[in-house]
Amino acid sequence: MTAELGHFAVILALFVAAVQATLPLIGAQRGDAQWMAVARPAALLQFLLVAVAFGCLTNLYVTSDFSVVNVAANSHTDKPLLYKISGVWGNHEGSMLLWVLILALFGSAVAAFGANLPPALRARVLAIQALIAVGFYLFILLTSNPFERLIPAPANGRDLNPLLQDPGLAFHPPMLYLGYVGFSMAFSFAIAALIEGRVDAAWARWVRPWTLAAWCFLTAGIGLGSWWAYYELGWGGWWYWDPVENASFMPWLAGTALLHSATVVEKRDTLKGWTVLLAIITFSMSLLGTFLVRSGVLTSVHAFATDPARGVFILVLLIIVIGGSLALYAWRGPQLVSAGLFQPISREGGLLFNNLVMATATAAVLLGTLYPLLLDAVGGGKVSVGPPFFNAVFIPLMLPMLAVMAVGPLLHWKRGDWRAAVQRLWPAMVAALAAAAGAWALVTDGPFLGPVGLALAAWLGVGTLVELAERLRLGRENLGRSLARLARQPRAAWGMTLAHLGLAVTIAGMTGAGAWVEESIQVMAPGDTVRLAGYEFRFTVSRDGRAVVVLNPEKRVYNVSGQPTTEAGIETRLTGDLYAVVGDRGTTADGRPGFVTRLYFNPLVAWMWGGLMIMVAGGALSLTDRRHRVGAPARRGIAAQAAGAD
Amino acid sequence: MRSRLIYLLPLGLFGVLAVYFAVGLTRDPKIIPSALIDKPAPEFVLPPIAGGTGGGFSTADLKRGRVSVVNVFASWCVPCRAEHPQINRLAGMGIVPVYGLNYKDAPEEALAWLNALGDGYTAVGADASGRVGIDWGVYGVPETFIVDGTGRIRFKHVGPIVGDALEREILPLIRHLQGGGR
Amino acid sequence: MTRVLVLAALLAVLLPAGPARAVNPDEMLADPVLEARARDISKELRCLVCQNQSIDDSDAGLAKDLRVLVRERLKAGDSDDQVVAFVVARYGDFVLLKPPVKGSTLVLWAGPAVVAGLGILAVVVFFRRRRAAPAAAAPLTAEERARLNKLLEGDAP
Repeated sequence: MTAELGHFAVILALFVAAVQATLPLIGAQRGDAQWMAVARPAALLQFLLVAVAFGCLTNLYVTSDFSVVNVAANSHTDKPLLYKISGVWGNHEGSMLLWVLILALFGSAVAAFGANLPPALRARVLAIQALIAVGFYLFILLTSNPFERLIPAPANGRDLNPLLQDPGLAFHPPMLYLGYVGFSMAFSFAIAALIEGRVDAAWARWVRPWTLAAWCFLTAGIGLGSWWAYYELGWGGWWYWDPVENASFMPWLAGTALLHSATVVEKRDTLKGWTVLLAIITFSMSLLGTFLVRSGVLTSVHAFATDPARGVFILVLLIIVIGGSLALYAWRGPQLVSAGLFQPISREGGLLFNNLVMATATAAVLLGTLYPLLLDAVGGGKVSVGPPFFNAVFIPLMLPMLAVMAVGPLLHWKRGDWRAAVQRLWPAMVAALAAAAGAWALVTDGPFLGPVGLALAAWLGVGTLVELAERLRLGRENLGRSLARLARQPRAAWGMTLAHLGLAVTIAGMTGAGAWVEESIQVMAPGDTVRLAGYEFRFTVSRDGRAVVVLNPEKRVYNVSGQPTTEAGIETRLTGDLYAVVGDRGTTADGRPGFVTRLYFNPLVAWMWGGLMIMVAGGALSLTDRRHRVGAPARRGIAAQAAGAD
Repeated sequence: MRSRLIYLLPLGLFGVLAVYFAVGLTRDPKIIPSALIDKPAPEFVLPPIAGGTGGGFSTADLKRGRVSVVNVFASWCVPCRAEHPQINRLAGMGIVPVYGLNYKDAPEEALAWLNALGDGYTAVGADASGRVGIDWGVYGVPETFIVDGTGRIRFKHVGPIVGDALEREILPLIRHLQGGGR
Repeated sequence: MTRVLVLAALLAVLLPAGPARAVNPDEMLADPVLEARARDISKELRCLVCQNQSIDDSDAGLAKDLRVLVRERLKAGDSDDQVVAFVVARYGDFVLLKPPVKGSTLVLWAGPAVVAGLGILAVVVFFRRRRAAPAAAAPLTAEERARLNKLLEGDAP
């Protein structure tokens, strides 16, 4: 009964979405307030229906109802409750239901909190959200129904892949989807703006919080995924440039560019056409990611569910949504007129540079990810595009961006003075040189990029602090007044400072773990010791003795599938992680029985995730800024405020 | 006018991409073409399976002016079991010698497997280390090669030969090569 | 459909039971320099049966065989390029995680640079128009042009 109820709720949601996608759009065109008014209750009702469907599926999982194919294939009675629940989205059908749930959640948030949006804009935004939803409801109902029955029902389920039974991965997909789908808001606002033919500072201010929220979730989701890979896959890696990872990274890159260009629209009333295009591209990248993962056109270790029929459906959806919006852009885009003045050396110039780099990086990752597919499609043979390619292309792009990133915030809007900015950055320069020299002194035989990466991290980190000090007039006024300024800093400004600081910390972590990892592989018998990175690793079975730290790597065998997995023992320290994995039985060099052990020292690796957390915290703090609240003030009020802010 | 065209650029790029996607959906990303097509078969000498009655085979056997088939199999390979009747059927037709390359297998298990399923091979060579397999560019068992009379590899099929694969792919090419086709 | 299913089953056979860093002590070379070279080469070679893993990362049987092969070739005195060429001769460019620069990969390697170039061009055009729009940039006066020419000539050796 529950399954049928869930199925029925999805069908109803489809019809509600169809109404929500058409009537308000026509109403907005005709200026018919009643038709436009349909959008809000429809959005709320649609969310309610999907929530019911999602609740039904969760209930089926929790009660282990194996008469449903999806539950039987992915769950088991002995599974802990957390993984029964996370099993709901640990598979293709359920994850698609989560997708539409989040889509409807964002739509209903606009309906509930968007009271001060102009009615026509709100109606159009909600209609476009519903239009996307219609496509995904059809996708679920026609190709990926999670409520399909299995008769006769098996006695027990087949269990979830053990690798996925992990708290890190339980919350990775919802975070990722909150990010992916959150960008649909920016998309809907962009399409609505194209229909209206108007983009202004108020529009940018409405778009920014949604984009920022999505960006925070996506950042957290990517961070969780990489952390999971690090401790669960058991080989100490944290980023593989796998197509599925790239699928989440491309919307992140484009979304980061969008955040920055939206600021320019808000403050300077320019770059409008480009910003609208970025909003479309960002969500297109999210859809593309879904296509790449779900269609199986690029098989990767992560693509658990692949099916050509689904691929065809998503491709058609992609063509309608992306093709349609880009066609609209080609038609209406030229009407978006931007204000005249734009100096290269200015805050907006710095933000434009960010956009240039981010857009190029997005294109480079897209090209590398799709190239095997493109070449094969023209009969050019099969090639692999792996980490060596991406590193070779991506790192040179990031270096100039990090260098400029410290300078940009010190430039004034409209017309900046880069000499003055660079002069004020002398502490950052000192820090960068010190970091490079220190790194060079500590590791002489490491790769050249190590000192460079650390220097840039120091440059960006200290440079960001210099900018904060400038804002507080630290040292130029007395301390009390500077502290008073500190308290008065708007949260959005804090957000920027934290996000940039977080990136500096992340870069330091990536540099350390990328350049100076130390590794030792051997067979160890109990009592044996190995020295690595100044630490002595002793292989013991008991936990006696005065060890610095006890690592407990495990080999686990999962009850249902009988599949053994490796659990790494990790000790996180500020200077780096001690990372140990126990492998198969083996024989030591002198013939004693033991186990294969793999020991790593991953310098600074925890900084990477720490930095990501700081970035997310910065974004979240910025979201709480009065000016960024979802219920942002009406157009007139904003214009006055924007004038006053500078 | 020129600035209007720029606004069409994203749509155009996406259009191209969409076409590629559509084509890409028809391709199987797991199938990797052989780098050895139209190249001479690698030099090797394989001993027979230890304890068996037949003889092994070597490069010289493939250069006798006759089109031949080399089938890579192993007793641990589940799909090999599915395709084996087709291999026996091909061997039974008597139009080409069918050599078996027993890839990384235990001799007694390989013999038991052949006993149970029938051994139609002209000869079976045991590649215990898998090194000859690497020379042939083997990456997944079963694989089937067609070698022309001069000892050049002309075709490779990855995965089991099931369904109409024998009639559709293998036999026409064998006939073509036997008819002097190049 | 059958073929896809069977192939999936086949890959399941060849795939590792549990993921773990793959290089085992018994494969490693005694000479640390040679071993380090072997590791570097292995990281650039793709494991064919796994998707998107290098043979250095994979537990698959074939990956192990290839790792051993790489070490044998190195011991026999091959250069790094010769070892890679040896594997490419058998498995094609597909095994290279960093695709070689050639006709078919030109778009891949040049693409990012071309995109960056076009982006810079677009930004330059954008600024030029901006400057032209509000106060139509004055053309150089005869005097300025003469000075410019002098400067340019002065730079020439």
